[in-house]
Amino acid sequence: MADKRLEIKGVSLNFGGLAVVADLDIDVNEGEIVSVIGPNGAGKTTLFNLITGIYRPDAGDIVLDGKSLVGLQPHQISQRGVSRTFQSLRLFLNMSVIENVMAAAYGNTHAGVFRSMLRTPGMRREEREIREFASQRLAFFGERLMGYRWDQPAYSLSYANRRRLEIARATATKPTLLLLDEPAAGMNPVETHEIAELIGRLRDEGGYTILVIEHDMHVVEGISDRVVALDHGVKIAEGTFDEVATNPRVVEAYLGTKAAATK
Amino acid sequence: MTDSTPHSSETPASGPAVGQDEWVARHAERRLIRGGPLAPMEERLRAVPWWVWLTLFVGVMCLLPAVTASGYVRRVAFDTVLYMMLALGLNVVVGWGGLLDLGYVAFYGLGAYSYALLDSDQFHVHLPAYVAIPVVVVIGAIAGFLLGLPSRRLHGDYLAIVTLFFLQLFQTIATNGDSIFGHNVTGGAFGIFTVKPLHAFGHNLVVQHQGVFAVTYYFVALGFFALIYVALRFVNLSRTGRAWRSLREDPLAAEAMGMPVNALKLMSFAFGAAIAALTGTIFASLSASVLPLTFYFVLLITIYTMVILGGSGSMRGVVLGALVIGPLLELLRDPNKSRIIFYVALIGGLVFAFRRSRRLGIVVAATLAFGFVCHAIAGALHHSWIAGSADGGLQHVVSYWLIIPKHLAGWIPPVSYVGVICVALVLTLVHGRLRLVLLPPTLYLAAFVWDNVMLTQPDPARYIVLGLILIALMIIRPNGLLGERRVEIV
Ligand SMILES: Nc1ncnc2c1ncn2[C@@H]1O[C@H](COP(=O)(O)OP(=O)(O)OP(=O)(O)O)[C@@H](O)[C@H]1O
Ligand SMILES: [Mg+2]
Repeated sequence: MADKRLEIKGVSLNFGGLAVVADLDIDVNEGEIVSVIGPNGAGKTTLFNLITGIYRPDAGDIVLDGKSLVGLQPHQISQRGVSRTFQSLRLFLNMSVIENVMAAAYGNTHAGVFRSMLRTPGMRREEREIREFASQRLAFFGERLMGYRWDQPAYSLSYANRRRLEIARATATKPTLLLLDEPAAGMNPVETHEIAELIGRLRDEGGYTILVIEHDMHVVEGISDRVVALDHGVKIAEGTFDEVATNPRVVEAYLGTKAAATK
Repeated sequence: MTDSTPHSSETPASGPAVGQDEWVARHAERRLIRGGPLAPMEERLRAVPWWVWLTLFVGVMCLLPAVTASGYVRRVAFDTVLYMMLALGLNVVVGWGGLLDLGYVAFYGLGAYSYALLDSDQFHVHLPAYVAIPVVVVIGAIAGFLLGLPSRRLHGDYLAIVTLFFLQLFQTIATNGDSIFGHNVTGGAFGIFTVKPLHAFGHNLVVQHQGVFAVTYYFVALGFFALIYVALRFVNLSRTGRAWRSLREDPLAAEAMGMPVNALKLMSFAFGAAIAALTGTIFASLSASVLPLTFYFVLLITIYTMVILGGSGSMRGVVLGALVIGPLLELLRDPNKSRIIFYVALIGGLVFAFRRSRRLGIVVAATLAFGFVCHAIAGALHHSWIAGSADGGLQHVVSYWLIIPKHLAGWIPPVSYVGVICVALVLTLVHGRLRLVLLPPTLYLAAFVWDNVMLTQPDPARYIVLGLILIALMIIRPNGLLGERRVEIV
């Protein structure tokens, strides 16, 4: 098959004796969209925290493009090309919309603090480039983020637009692997549909490899090349959407929830 | 916010698109509508670039010596400029970095002491300004960096405790530094009092001219202030400044978005410390002496008040904060001016609270009436109870209304003081008519305490005023006068 971008090999994590992730193996290939599903508390967000270096695995290895990420600090992992959004939105609320995106360009820009103080021509050029780049990131969302003035503070955005801004910010670190944590949470059906389309565009136009956590099965069905189902930190199924959705263990894990009734 | 034309002006009036925050998108338009006839002017003012404001501000400050020849006023202005610099430095750490640094004044002290050692008779070292200042700034930056090292993984309360410990450490070393391995380094509790003024190329910067504070120092301080302001403004709008503010907003997200949070914290500490040290240099060279206790809690609280009042995070705000608090503390030294400030603040507070409603008139009238009645009763009981007015001026006027005893019995100050606090607390608990009824006696009691107790001890009174300002601010404008950090309502 295609090149492996991300390999999660036998990763485990315990919180005070509770195994939140247990001996997990997941591979993500170049240009793939992989969905991670599972009931609440299954360990999906924890998996993202492990990949981005916020938690360190107790056992196992996480490898990106052949190099281990374990032990690196989150900003170093970001520099390796991994970026993410947060389930519980973590925008820089008191900064302007465009500054949120510009701030994320920190890792791939260079002007030092002394050059900034003197406002050297090189620094000014870089600053223009950052702004231009950030505008492009925002423009990716078309109308949605266009209606705003980008110099308005981020807290003035609606919930759905905060989610979009988070995605825009995540892409501003120039990632190759994008981790989206419930991008459609809190959106109305129209917007949810849009997000599903957007994720497809992110892959096709942006060229990102995408790992996405999503509860909305319509979105999962629409976008996924592959689906991984977790429950209690263990992978219970993997495959195409149809394979996973009909898997008895998945149905059991979701039993009693609406999602189980989709197929 | 320079471009004020609303983006969505072309949106048809047919109503907002699905999911589009019309309300937010038309923010600027609505501001225009609400602004009424003054709005276009406000917009035009908004469009004036920052450096024009800065030039204007510094220009006006430069004119001050032309307006007054009083050495005292000039000295207060000079101190205010130092406060503005200190507030700008603290703003880097607290306002941008979001780090609660309670050791900040130690860097100011460190700068002052370093300069004192580099240009005094203590060790007979006399470095010219163009060497001494950069050296002190570097020392400050390194000290800030070193304090940051153990603290970089701490935040909130823990960081506050460690930095406070650092301030105490500085105090201890400065106070006991007169016998470090048998050498007198810091002059101990008496400090170093042979500090020379700034000098370069064989010229001294005059401190006093015919016994009056010479204005050259004021200009030098203003020059440094402008320099710091411009440099910080440039840094704020660079990738470093954005990263600092991101780290204040959400360190975890900042780290995940590729910003090395720990390194940025260290940088922010070092920056604030360097600015404080630079300010310390100017202070020491002007005062000709450095004492440990100058750099202690009182100053720390004062600078924090300035930053919080003006609006932590906003450069214009913290400068405004220093501009208000600096002279205010000076005015409060003088009982008569203190009195005026008290009554102005009282009336201002009442107007603000009641917003020209009828109740304002009722409360003022009731307070006046209450006072005259109390005054008459006290006078009838014993003449000496109302015979205490000695200051003349406003106090003389007030003494027809307020009880000012000739001799204050020992129990009166504590009882009335505690009483005013209790009544104020009760006032916050009751509502409606009862509050309206209780308000006049409370105000009267407050005036009594202010005139009879506080003004006899200006020093605690000044800092109580700072506390009151902060309390009022917390209620009225939690983000400070020009604060850019808004309290989010979702
Ligand atoms: N820092 C932590 N300390 C202790 N327990 C934690 C911590 N973070 C997560 N957990 C626990 O780990 C489990 C998995 O949490 P996680 O957030 O990964 O779930 P999730 O699959 O993302 O759920 P959801 O769909 O609700 O977002 C939960 O039981 C949670 O309580
Ligand atoms: Mg989750």
